Amino acid sequence: MTDRTKSQVVVFAAALLLWLLLTASLAWQELLVGTVVALTVALATRDPGGFFAALRFEPLAPFHALRFLGTFLVALVRANLDMARRVLTPALPIRPSVVKVRTGLESELGRLLLANSITLTPGTLAVDMEGGELLIHWVDCPPGTDMEDATRDIAAGFERHLAGFVR
Amino acid sequence: MAFLGKVLMLVGALFCLLGALGLVRMPDVYNRIQAGTKAVTMGSLCIIAGVGLLHPDWWPKLVAVALFILLTNPVGSSAIARALYRSGVRPWRKAGEEES
Repeated sequence: MTDRTKSQVVVFAAALLLWLLLTASLAWQELLVGTVVALTVALATRDPGGFFAALRFEPLAPFHALRFLGTFLVALVRANLDMARRVLTPALPIRPSVVKVRTGLESELGRLLLANSITLTPGTLAVDMEGGELLIHWVDCPPGTDMEDATRDIAAGFERHLAGFVR
Repeated sequence: MAFLGKVLMLVGALFCLLGALGLVRMPDVYNRIQAGTKAVTMGSLCIIAGVGLLHPDWWPKLVAVALFILLTNPVGSSAIARALYRSGVRPWRKAGEEES
């Protein structure tokens, strides 16, 4: 399967899923029209590079995706409690700094997901990306942090799960 | 069930309030983006979950809305932060700290 076809299969599945969510019905007429519309969208998508081709079609991939989702939701809740604590403490305990983080993910989709997760997790905000390096604004940066420390603390946890289902 | 839904909506509203408080209290724009993004994402997800419990027949559309927020909210924040960084806005540091 070429990258383009693979990407189109994913676009088709995503469009059909969105259609099903929006119509909220499993009547055969809805399914038929939804399939036609999703097929049209997938075929009309000009995406020679295959943005979604980075997804791995492997038996264990859904399992890794679920693990990633779980890790992400826990991190989101922790991020909010952490932010609430900082905002409500009168002394405003923050030590902001900008650090660099290295990622082993090669595809645009993988890096997008990683940057999104970093933005929504405790005290970090993805600012810029150049090649395999992400620039992160960190609210509570321990003094003397180098790139290895930052990579381990911020990105490694997500990257392990992400690598299981995206290149 | 209805009670749990209302509690979830209240929690969501509370997180949105904390996000707004963060906007006022934080010293510079990057920290404000952080407080805003996280609190509002989580707050809206809580409110959506609460609405889903109050109106169980709405949940497919609510899932679509929640996915959309989860995907676009951090992208928007990162895009704003990137534009700021590229145009030379440097992050705030505590007085007395050296530039590393």
